Amino acid sequence: MSKKGAVHSIQSLGTVDGPGIRFVVFLRGCNLRCGCCHNPDTWDMLGGTEYSAEEIVQKAIRYKEYFGSQGGITLSGGEPLLQAEFAKEVFALAKKNGINTCLDTSGSVLNNKVKELLRFTDRVLLDIKYTTDEDYKKYAGCSLSAPLEFLDYLEKQKIPTTIRQVIIPTLNDSEENIKALKSIIQKHKNVDSAELLPFKKICQVKYDNMGIEFPFAHIPEPTHDLMEKLKTML
Amino acid sequence: MQHKNWNGFVGGDWQENINVRDFIQANYTEYLGDDSFLAGATKRTSALMKKIEALFALERQFGGVLDIDTATVSSLTAYSPGYIDKDNEIIVGMQTNRPLKRGVNPFGGMRMAKQACEAYGYKLGRKVEEEFRFRTTHNDGVFRAYTDEMRQARKCHVITGLPDAYGRGRIIGDYRRVALYGVDRLIEEKKKDKDALKYGAFDTEHIRQDEELFQQIAFLGYLKEMALMYGFDISEPAKDAKEAIQWTYFGYLGAIKEQNGAAMSLGRVSSFFDIYIERDIKNGTLTEEGAQELFDDFVMKLRIARHLRTPEYNELFGGDPMWITEAVGGMGEDGRALVTKSSFRVLNTLYTLGSSPEPNLTVLWSNALPEGFKNYCAKVSKDTDSIQYENDDIMRPIYGDDYAIACCVSAMKIGKQMQFFGARCNLAKLLLIAINGGYDTTSGMHIGPQMPVLSGDTLDYDEVMKRFDTYIAWLSNLYVNTMNVIHYMHDKYCYEKTQMALHDTDVHRFMAFGIAGLSVVADSLSAIKYAKVGAVRDKNGFITEFNTVGDFPKFGNDDDRVDLIAKDMTHKVITELRKTPTYRNAEHTLSVLTITSNVMYGKNTGATPDGRKASAPFAPGANPMHNREENGALASLNSVAKISYDDCRDGVSNTFSITPEALGKTDDERVSNLVGILDGYFAKKAHHININVLNRETLMKAYENPEAYPNLTIRVSGYAVNFNKLSREQQREVISRTFHEAI
Repeated sequence: MSKKGAVHSIQSLGTVDGPGIRFVVFLRGCNLRCGCCHNPDTWDMLGGTEYSAEEIVQKAIRYKEYFGSQGGITLSGGEPLLQAEFAKEVFALAKKNGINTCLDTSGSVLNNKVKELLRFTDRVLLDIKYTTDEDYKKYAGCSLSAPLEFLDYLEKQKIPTTIRQVIIPTLNDSEENIKALKSIIQKHKNVDSAELLPFKKICQVKYDNMGIEFPFAHIPEPTHDLMEKLKTML
Repeated sequence: MQHKNWNGFVGGDWQENINVRDFIQANYTEYLGDDSFLAGATKRTSALMKKIEALFALERQFGGVLDIDTATVSSLTAYSPGYIDKDNEIIVGMQTNRPLKRGVNPFGGMRMAKQACEAYGYKLGRKVEEEFRFRTTHNDGVFRAYTDEMRQARKCHVITGLPDAYGRGRIIGDYRRVALYGVDRLIEEKKKDKDALKYGAFDTEHIRQDEELFQQIAFLGYLKEMALMYGFDISEPAKDAKEAIQWTYFGYLGAIKEQNGAAMSLGRVSSFFDIYIERDIKNGTLTEEGAQELFDDFVMKLRIARHLRTPEYNELFGGDPMWITEAVGGMGEDGRALVTKSSFRVLNTLYTLGSSPEPNLTVLWSNALPEGFKNYCAKVSKDTDSIQYENDDIMRPIYGDDYAIACCVSAMKIGKQMQFFGARCNLAKLLLIAINGGYDTTSGMHIGPQMPVLSGDTLDYDEVMKRFDTYIAWLSNLYVNTMNVIHYMHDKYCYEKTQMALHDTDVHRFMAFGIAGLSVVADSLSAIKYAKVGAVRDKNGFITEFNTVGDFPKFGNDDDRVDLIAKDMTHKVITELRKTPTYRNAEHTLSVLTITSNVMYGKNTGATPDGRKASAPFAPGANPMHNREENGALASLNSVAKISYDDCRDGVSNTFSITPEALGKTDDERVSNLVGILDGYFAKKAHHININVLNRETLMKAYENPEAYPNLTIRVSGYAVNFNKLSREQQREVISRTFHEAI
């Protein structure tokens, strides 16, 4: 028996984490502590439900009729790379069953197990949280070079990638940042799409429930106009 | 047979026999493109619609009923012609002599007609009352024959909403026949059928048929008279698109003047009209703008159709619905889509005239439908929340490719099949009665087989199931017999003459039973099986509440442990129903559909083992109970899809609400994802789905400030309503439903 995965929750209808309709599995555990995180309840590896890769894929198969030509399974979190071995098993089995695979990650870990996982990954949604190393270290807890190295590796492996960034007013809503992000995108041929997502504070309630402080509680959500403006720059 | 008005049509069997399907198949033009050809509203259309909007506003101000003609009994020729704006109407005809003025129809029941008048500050005319003093209504007949037990079941609400005091409805005349053949030919064919009866043995069935044919022929005559009052001779076939729509509408208008049936559905007319429209366009006598105008004007007429109802009726069927259901799309048996440009045009009325609950636009969905049409439907759903979807791929093999939907989810071959409508029984309440050995804690009545209350501190699954089976068998027998009484009397005293004249003489009948509270029962049984359900007794030893400890699988999470309980329950009920023979050998069918009565059913039901409090609403139709879904929208859809259409041939209704954000990031994504959801759900052999794409906040704003949202339309359970026409209680229930949100 292979190792079971620590699963936070399952969303049978995901339409925002990868192309088409997706069966999204949120894994537990995260190595970063981003101030804007909207899933603090997934940080801890403990708790939640344990599933085998077989169990996860059997569940996903029940939704195959909805996937159409684009949809499939997405592993998100938390940080799925922390359970790379399990994630690999899920994706390998999914592909065996004709299900498209998508990985939603911060790209902050790149070891042999992760490389194995990427062999079975059809698309990566890669978070580039900030475009300066200083911000990265301060607000995410790792270095900018980690996701960039990860992206270089994805390019080498020719894995289609969507770059995502959460726009957080006062931190990364400047034109310089978008320009820098654009140049990262342009340098990598495997990046075929990019999404700017508005920072949202609806997760405040999760922090409250957990009795911890929401680090970005003081930052306002970006306006619709700002988002539209930044999107046109990208 | 030939007729000059048929020039340009491909001939076939339809000329020799009454066979509208054959005409459609031989002549329709499949359309595989997108919506780019559509025209918008003309100035005339917009001006006329504005007048109607003003009347709607007035109707709202008057408390929901603008006016009642209390001196006249509604029938085909009872009123002088009515118009909104005579010179600017393309399609004419009104139920009474003025728009939104309601007629009275006491044939179903006098008491209901009187109470309805009084509820809105009117008094039924003395002449009408006098006339009916010497007349037996359907309602009179039923109560002459009801047994004590039938009355009890009705009184304690274990069977509710029975059509024993008003028209039963759910019958669709093939109104297209009026246009294709003209009324004279229809009379001629019916006379032939009547004449042929002379060869048979004159037993009860035979004599009844003979008399019914007499009535059908008479009412076809009245239909002609009615049209003549508006200046149209409908003896002959329609000669162009305008006449085809006008003739068809006259057929429908005759039906709603004669009958106040709960659901007065239209059928499947759009692609039929399209044949005439295509011919006119080819002849250079009609433009796209003109074609849209014809649809717009026709649909405006449908939007002002009304019946007079009592407040109690509205509690069951909230929002003043008529269920003018029009089936759109679907596939043909030869593999061509029955999608025409007019399938788009009829949906386009939701833009040209604004969103609206009526007509009840119902898309017959197939995986094989053209992409352009699928995308357009999804776009319309997303923008208007005004359409519902039903699975053509599971219905077509049973009903062929010329069926339509009566009411919400009841499929029938047009002009060949009809149904005896039977409302529904309250399965959750029955479970409580079973546990208490034939005692209803809500009404304090003893009903059904009398047994000891289940003993012990906690409920035992096998014991409960055994007990429940006994009561299901008892109620099923009672339910069938009650329906037999109702429909015997309806045929006798309130026969649908116009509608049945637009059917084949030899018609197949369904008897449609229904259940409410399926998800409550499934979750309750699951709780008894997988958790620990303690029985809380009152001083007399009856179990009035439950103390449920521990978790249990809940319907709506794609968990077979409970989903199969729901599926088995429907199988069990239909199997029991089939054991009692029906009036006129009708075929037993079953639906899981509640209209808006899920609120009322809940009100009359005590606390249930699933944790639902006494009096709390049920979920509508086959929906999982609100906010018990933990794995998102598709898991919920998969649960409902497991209920077999073979067991529930009268339909399985599911109402689905999702926020725009949860459906996708861009408009295009939302459209393609909605198509994906529909394709997937129906590939799972599910039967029906209502789609609402909206935020709970919008409903809350409309609840607080109704005047600001006069046209807010939402799908509830097999139909759509204007949100503001629901009672406050019904509105609160709609707001409390699960909205699938982005996370």
